[in-house]
Amino acid sequence: MSTTSVTSVSGTSGPPTSAVPLETDLPIVARRHPWRWVGVGVVLVLLAMFVHGLATNPGWDWPTFFQFFATRTIFSALWVTVQLTVYGTVLGFVLGAVLASMRLSSSPFLQVVAWGYIWAFRSIPLIVQLLFWFNIAYLYQQLSIGIPFGPEFVHFSTNNLFGPLGAAVLGLALHQAAYAAEIIRGGIISVDAGQTEAAAALGIPKPRQFFRIVLPQAMRSILPNGANEVISLFKGTSIVSVMAIPELFYQVQVIYGRSGRVVPLLMVATVWYIVLTTLLSIVQYYVERRFARGTAR
Amino acid sequence: MIDVKGVHKSFGDLEVLKGIDLEVPAGAVTVILGPSGSGKSTLLRSINHLEKVDRGLIRIDGELIGYRRRGNKLHELREREILRQRSQVGFVFQTFNLFGHLTVLENVVEAPVSAQRRKRSEVEPYARELLERVGVGDKADVYPRQLSGGQQQRVAIARALALKPKVLLFDEPTSALDPELVGEVLDVIKELARDGATMVVVTHEIGFAREIADTVVFIDDGRIVESGPPREVLDNPVHERTRAFISKVL
Repeated sequence: MSTTSVTSVSGTSGPPTSAVPLETDLPIVARRHPWRWVGVGVVLVLLAMFVHGLATNPGWDWPTFFQFFATRTIFSALWVTVQLTVYGTVLGFVLGAVLASMRLSSSPFLQVVAWGYIWAFRSIPLIVQLLFWFNIAYLYQQLSIGIPFGPEFVHFSTNNLFGPLGAAVLGLALHQAAYAAEIIRGGIISVDAGQTEAAAALGIPKPRQFFRIVLPQAMRSILPNGANEVISLFKGTSIVSVMAIPELFYQVQVIYGRSGRVVPLLMVATVWYIVLTTLLSIVQYYVERRFARGTAR
Repeated sequence: MIDVKGVHKSFGDLEVLKGIDLEVPAGAVTVILGPSGSGKSTLLRSINHLEKVDRGLIRIDGELIGYRRRGNKLHELREREILRQRSQVGFVFQTFNLFGHLTVLENVVEAPVSAQRRKRSEVEPYARELLERVGVGDKADVYPRQLSGGQQQRVAIARALALKPKVLLFDEPTSALDPELVGEVLDVIKELARDGATMVVVTHEIGFAREIADTVVFIDDGRIVESGPPREVLDNPVHERTRAFISKVL
């Protein structure tokens, strides 16, 4: 109440002694965090040691790294990896969306089929499944369309139908679909039931209820997990090397098998995996921002 | 207009509606009162076929809701036909249920465009007019969470009106609102009543019921205990249960 009078007094009369300010004018000092600075220091030292090691330890063999990093062989291998990722993701998520809607449908038949699929493909290790597909022609030389247990109309040679790349995409996509289905289902059930109810009460057609009202809101929780899956699939494509498909990891193995320079070639693959994962993370950031409309966070 | 006959509904072993008969004439406002768990919301929701009834009939303008009669059996309608019927009935929820990822205007425009296949260019001016009418004309381009509860509920009313429904159903439209916001929503509903809309309102606001209701229906334990003009049901209830309820909420 008398703030002005006090300040004016201290301003006019005498030297500015270290006058005690009014209780309501006490300055605020932010809390200090000394341990943070200690932590920063420790991490910086460790980082410096690591970088120093990268530069000075001849074992990293940077000349060999740069010799192979941007070669035609590596690029074509990278292209195979990207193709596997794109096809695996697209097919996996499309099939996953179908499975998720089956599990959420009111039909017990569809629920059980989807549940059974997810159970089966989450139970079989990916590498085992891939080897099965790779050897499918050993089990079934021919595939045919006809009446079950009856006459057949059309025959395909199994080996012609799926090349190795086709078998790999199939294996990755089928595996991915089981996980994608659960992520999509999780996203859908996280949307308040009142949204569907309001859409139904307004007479909005079923497909539109899903695609216009529920899915965009479900995307908020689908995206972080979905991006995780895409990135994990991208690196998981390296498992396809067991099928002798010339993707990135297989190709560097071939090269270091010949030259014996294991570490620099593993670094070639690692750096490319890091570069592309970074790109995917940037894409994720923008896509998530797009779907955050109308929300606080 | 709305004709409810012998409606029964159970959730598992719990019988929520035990034979409801109700007639709502066109242009009239019917207010349903009753303790929580009495079945009033379930009744309202079954008028829109958001709940399937187990027995009995509901007709709007003579059209059977949710079923088709063939011989002496009722066959459940296809989803598409149910949705068409619903687009003739406006429903306002207790918790608003606005679409959070759409702007206020998009919320209002969505159903006329997708359910009634009207042109967006023709719906939009009408939607803006409706938003103006419920007093949120300046909020057309914001998202629901930027609005107060009262404003959200008024948008929800505009959204229901955009379908030009024959009937408006309100399920406790002010129960989720802060007390100082209740009035603005009730004012909008009163305005609609004055304009002659056919409405069924489930509410706990006795004063409001007295003011706008042509008929007050008191439901308890799945049955209609008494109904009539507010002067009778609210001021001189015949039944002990009605009297007890009204003395508690007043």
